Amino acid sequence: MPHRTFFWFIIPSLLAMVLFIALPVISVIVQSLHVEHEKVLISSENCGPFGCKKITTIDVAATDQLRSDRPLGQFSGFDNYTNRSHLAFDEVSLAWEISENMTDFIKKILNLPFYKALFFTLTYTFVVTPFVIILGLAIALGVNSLPKFAKGPTIFVSLLPMIVTPLIGSLILFWMVDGDGIIGGSIQTLFNDPNLSLKASPALTWMMLIVYGIWHSAPFSFIVFYAGLQTVPADTLEAATIDGANRWQRIRYVVVPYMKPLVVFITLMQLMDNFRVFEPIVSFASEASATSLSWIIYKDLTSDTQLFGSAAATSMLTIVGVAILLLPVLIKTWRDFNRTAR
Amino acid sequence: MPNLAQRRSNTLAIVSTAFVMLWVIIASGPFLWTLWGSFKVQGDFFSKADWTNALYGVRTMFETGGFFTTNGYYGAWIEQGFGESVINTTIVVVSTVIISLTLGTLGGYALARSGFKYSFWILMLALVFRAMPHITLVSGYLLPFFEWNIWGYLPTSIVVLVAINQPFTLWMLHSFFLNIPKDMDESAMVDGCTRFQAFRHVIIPVMWPGVVTTGLFSFLLAYNDFAVTASLLSQENQTMIPKIASFLGTTQVEGNVMFAVAAVVSAMIPLFILIMFFQRQIVSGLTAGAVKG
Repeated sequence: MPHRTFFWFIIPSLLAMVLFIALPVISVIVQSLHVEHEKVLISSENCGPFGCKKITTIDVAATDQLRSDRPLGQFSGFDNYTNRSHLAFDEVSLAWEISENMTDFIKKILNLPFYKALFFTLTYTFVVTPFVIILGLAIALGVNSLPKFAKGPTIFVSLLPMIVTPLIGSLILFWMVDGDGIIGGSIQTLFNDPNLSLKASPALTWMMLIVYGIWHSAPFSFIVFYAGLQTVPADTLEAATIDGANRWQRIRYVVVPYMKPLVVFITLMQLMDNFRVFEPIVSFASEASATSLSWIIYKDLTSDTQLFGSAAATSMLTIVGVAILLLPVLIKTWRDFNRTAR
Repeated sequence: MPNLAQRRSNTLAIVSTAFVMLWVIIASGPFLWTLWGSFKVQGDFFSKADWTNALYGVRTMFETGGFFTTNGYYGAWIEQGFGESVINTTIVVVSTVIISLTLGTLGGYALARSGFKYSFWILMLALVFRAMPHITLVSGYLLPFFEWNIWGYLPTSIVVLVAINQPFTLWMLHSFFLNIPKDMDESAMVDGCTRFQAFRHVIIPVMWPGVVTTGLFSFLLAYNDFAVTASLLSQENQTMIPKIASFLGTTQVEGNVMFAVAAVVSAMIPLFILIMFFQRQIVSGLTAGAVKG
């Protein structure tokens, strides 16, 4: 295909991506270097019989004027990145100085909004991903040995948690674990403690969010593994059986090696998707005990005074985080590409 | 000896079937429970006394006189105007799917048929774009959209959803077009067709399975989106999912939680129907690229 033809075919799609993905990223970078204008203050001296007093008032009209003239705010360099709501260099070094031991230091760090969100996001990503892979493989092996008529309906049901809107899926679980819901109520009866609430304890909230994450993503890895199982050659399995391998050994030494490329694929997709965890935090209203990077961006954007600079700085840090997560995969693809090119 | 082996594999079969059954209950239970509970009053679905009340509808009997009540649905659809957001969702989703498929088919075809190095780089770029959390892009849109006075309207979020959809659509259609033999369009071109004519007359007639599969996933992305629509649409243009989220903030009044429950069930139904009819396409779409390459 000549370059010209290629160009005309690809241009609409490329234009959409450049205009609405690449340019917004640049806009995020620019915004992250600015902060909102401070209020314009007027100071006047008010002299009375008891001497003069200085009064400062806010000039509302001038403030609005300034804000509409230069909506971007004022240039602030990297302040947005280093202030208390983001990397918080001052607070971290202060905490390092006054902390007696490591636990104390970590506790202090996790009180800072950015680190709190980062810690939850990473925990969520690295706990949910392996569980999803193992559970998905187990379900795939189970469904694969079902009689034929049962497979279709089982797959239908299995798809539900993944296909249903994340916000809706997490709301449904949230209503069930609510103190008055079926699971929450049963747990209270089980432990005989009417005040036990999954919402009140940070540890239980984290667990609940992670359980939701596994429930939501396990179908994806199940489907991929199930499709992969159909491609394992029957000859090899039969040969292993004749050589005396039992069922477990056949899975361990024949099936699992075939699944390896799929594991890489699922891990890649899961790392990307779990790192952006957002909707469950909204549904579970868990911001007191667990927040995620996406959630703090959303909060900056939708609060009454929209903090564009702050949201943009968090966005940049999030993008850097995604890049670090994906770096090993990208390097591998780059090497493969070079090897095939040569 | 064969007896022992047989017995062991029987146990294994039972364990594995039991495991699958457990999974089926975990996967479907919450949906069935909520579907059932949406026809009860709040006092039953969120029962302070005993969760079995939700099964027997004790309070529902007491408050409404019937075993089932549609008060939640009445509240959501009639009082809170859920219908309007359903219409908005339909507009957004249909437009997003049509536009992103049109752009994606052309681009995916070009990427599949060109052996140049830069097509690899475009695909890599698309992968990087695909990895970016949507909300980080939203923080780039908001300020310019406010300044240009295009914030809050449906077309704005349609365009944004199309763009966010593009990387995925490109990848999927690209790998689909790779499976259509090159000889087909090339022989058409030998016969005197231009590239576009070959695409129009030879490729379009055979591409529908791939387009349907990709379209399903575009549909799901637009339908399930919360981050983009919640922050880019004004109150009166809200689609279903942000509307449900806004129910939660305002419905602390007794009984109004059931509006949200009813709305959630209403929003789930189209997805159920979708899976029922397109199960095979969804499965093949999820595994495209994974199993083949």
